[in-house]
Amino acid sequence: MQRYSGFGLAKHTLSHHENWERQWRNPTPKKQYDVIIVGGGGHGLATAYYLAKEHGITNVAVVEKGWLGGGNTARNTTIVRSNYLWDESAALYEHAMKLWEGLSQDLNYNVMFSQRGVMNLGHTLQDMRDIQRRVNANRLNGIDGEVLTPEQIQEIVPIMDCSKNARYPILGASWQPRAGVARHDAVAWGYARAADALGVDLLQNTEVTGFKIRDGRVYGVHTNRGDIEAKTVGCVAAGNSGVLAGMAGFRLPLESHPLQALVSEPLKPILDTVVMSNHVHGYISQTDKGDLVIGAGIDGYNGYGQRGSYPTVEHTLQAIVEMFPIFSRVRMNRQWGGIVDTCPDACPILSATPVKGLFFNCGWGTGGFKATPGSGHVFAWTLAKNQAHPLAAPFSIDRFHTGALVDEHGAAGVAH
Amino acid sequence: MFLIYCPYCEEHREEEEFHPKGQAHIARPADPEACSDKEWGDYLFFRDNPRGIHHELWVHAVGCRKFFNVTRNTVSYEILESYRVGEQPRFTAEHPEGRPVETVAAENVTAKAEVVERQEGVKA
Repeated sequence: MQRYSGFGLAKHTLSHHENWERQWRNPTPKKQYDVIIVGGGGHGLATAYYLAKEHGITNVAVVEKGWLGGGNTARNTTIVRSNYLWDESAALYEHAMKLWEGLSQDLNYNVMFSQRGVMNLGHTLQDMRDIQRRVNANRLNGIDGEVLTPEQIQEIVPIMDCSKNARYPILGASWQPRAGVARHDAVAWGYARAADALGVDLLQNTEVTGFKIRDGRVYGVHTNRGDIEAKTVGCVAAGNSGVLAGMAGFRLPLESHPLQALVSEPLKPILDTVVMSNHVHGYISQTDKGDLVIGAGIDGYNGYGQRGSYPTVEHTLQAIVEMFPIFSRVRMNRQWGGIVDTCPDACPILSATPVKGLFFNCGWGTGGFKATPGSGHVFAWTLAKNQAHPLAAPFSIDRFHTGALVDEHGAAGVAH
Repeated sequence: MFLIYCPYCEEHREEEEFHPKGQAHIARPADPEACSDKEWGDYLFFRDNPRGIHHELWVHAVGCRKFFNVTRNTVSYEILESYRVGEQPRFTAEHPEGRPVETVAAENVTAKAEVVERQEGVKA
């Protein structure tokens, strides 16, 4: 792999940037691998990278039906934070946060991770009680967090309407300074390039059409480019996880919903942090290019259409204009949807399945992007050692029968 | 924006008047106390999540406030039918073109009789 550096950039100017090598190969599938990862998004590519880097398992294929990072990895609002309420989820997301902090160096790829802080607003007394409880829980878990007063909020975000005359006055907020945003495409590409350099085969346009299962054990997958064999298969397919589980003959407690986001035309720098509100239901940040990135709630019905409904767009923009009257005449450029796999307890499933050798990493629902490095890291450990990583153990699929749910609904500052 | 036909109001109304309430036709276990953890977990948390034809429960929240069922394609989002709670769908994954109206009507008569019988049982 050609290492990226300032010197390299200068050197390539001499040849008019025409001799950069391709970031990854486009190999023909082999007949057999040690591990197959189904799904070439951020989580799948991260899993492949950590399998190769931390566990020395390099005979790995990532099987992707479209192109790398073309699903939810490129459809989210790029927010990264770890201020979750419960110990189990806080540990998992904080693990991810620590990996984020060194990710660009680790991958030799600028993922533009910017720790600009995330603010979760409270508009009611109950919001404020929840915020205080969550911030205290975070601090006990060693995660940074503060409770802000409206005056402090106004100082950080001068353009926000913090007046008492607002329809839903802002009473305070939780604030995680280490949280922020990252460039989502770069995360997928960085992991892909680094995994490829370690020998992982990235098989694009290769759709899994079924699993090869004998005596309750998986030994490969059927694809549109022929059969591929492996004793261990990890599925990281987000919204399509339920469809894959159906092929393997079991059910998952997941429902796929469209979750949409939209970006405005580029503006001059005006918002240098991330603002989220559960109550009026919207979240917003500004990219380095200047677009406002605005997130919405999920559509309540199941769908695989990768587009959102107009009523949801309208509600979200009402929320944004409520908080930021200054944005009332900003024009929106693009709007899109991703298919999120929501779990009944709003926590992921990182688990073995009734089929031996077949593992699922899914159910991240509306908040998977922030977990990308941590999810890949613990899932690679799980695949390599054939047992759940200690951080993944609480997220076994068994919890829906034992009742040991990790109920993060509403508690995590999740605006859905 | 969906235009949804409410089988009680007998009108097409805009999506915003309705709320989706998840999968339709989920039978509550007849004897919940006798359920194993597996059965109870399946009943509470495991839902169909098909790519294609799906039967779901909707409520006409700012209209008649009644619950009814909708058959919808989760990929194209096409709404194939609305029908009242207790009735059977015409369009199913096995019959995407729709079953004959008479067959469905006959089934609905039987289903209604069963419901009445069950309710009588509860009263007794």
